[in-house]
Amino acid sequence: MVDIDSLKNMPYLLGLETDELEDVMRSVFEKSAERNEIIVHEDEPAQALFFIVSGAVKVQKTSSEGKEQILGILRPGDAFNDVAVFDGKPAPASAIAMSKVTVYGLNRTDIVTLTVRHPKIAMNAIQILAASVRRYISLVEDLSFRNVTSRVAKLLLQYAPDQAQVEEAQARPRLTQQDMAGLVGTSREVVGRSLKALEEEGAIRVDRHRIAILDKDVLEEISAED
Amino acid sequence: MLDYPQINQEYCNGCGLCVMVCSNGVLALVHNIAMVYSMGTCVYCTNCEAVCEAGAIRCPYEITIEYKHFLNL
Repeated sequence: MVDIDSLKNMPYLLGLETDELEDVMRSVFEKSAERNEIIVHEDEPAQALFFIVSGAVKVQKTSSEGKEQILGILRPGDAFNDVAVFDGKPAPASAIAMSKVTVYGLNRTDIVTLTVRHPKIAMNAIQILAASVRRYISLVEDLSFRNVTSRVAKLLLQYAPDQAQVEEAQARPRLTQQDMAGLVGTSREVVGRSLKALEEEGAIRVDRHRIAILDKDVLEEISAED
Repeated sequence: MLDYPQINQEYCNGCGLCVMVCSNGVLALVHNIAMVYSMGTCVYCTNCEAVCEAGAIRCPYEITIEYKHFLNL
């Protein structure tokens, strides 16, 4: 059942008065999805704007070779499929449930009508879409102008124990993917992609909690790339 | 070396997202705090760390080098 208290915390609906929220609530539908279920398929026609009530959703693009680029991991309160709903074109990316998920949805025709009736929704939409543009500019910067893979390779070489230190390897700092992202100046998602690329090159093996350097020469070669 | 997520319970806000994204039932909320419940089933997918907005979960990697490099093989 759609709950007004959950609705009022959705960024698209922030600042709406109770009577305005009640008006919106009449058009909202609830939808559940199981883990790994695709809620929005890339390239499908724009149907609805979704708000996450519980669970987590990943938004991703998949290349024709099956390579995936995660654009973001969304949490309760976050919205998805807004680009397609507002420009009327097909969905630019897929949205996949990472857990059991409950979302609220608003059909495209309803959100357009509601935005005209309650201009605060339009102001919220501008802020949310501007924040998305800012996030994607940062991602484009990472992917286009920086060779993150070579920086991750360099980082792994720096943190790998040398012959003298191998005995005390246990005492060496261990790094999360978030730590690595902070150290090379990128996002956690891009680090994950770089580690996968280094694995494909045969330079490393990611094995549960361990990153093993298999071929130091290849890793050094990659780390020297621009 | 721990091969399951490390949780800083002081940072945990009890949102439960980590429990929801864990496909192997490794984590549980106890009195609204995330805890490792079944460490043996963890596959170290690191999804719990990725969804934790509070920064309470860490899945660190030890960086090692294959022994052959020390023997110059």
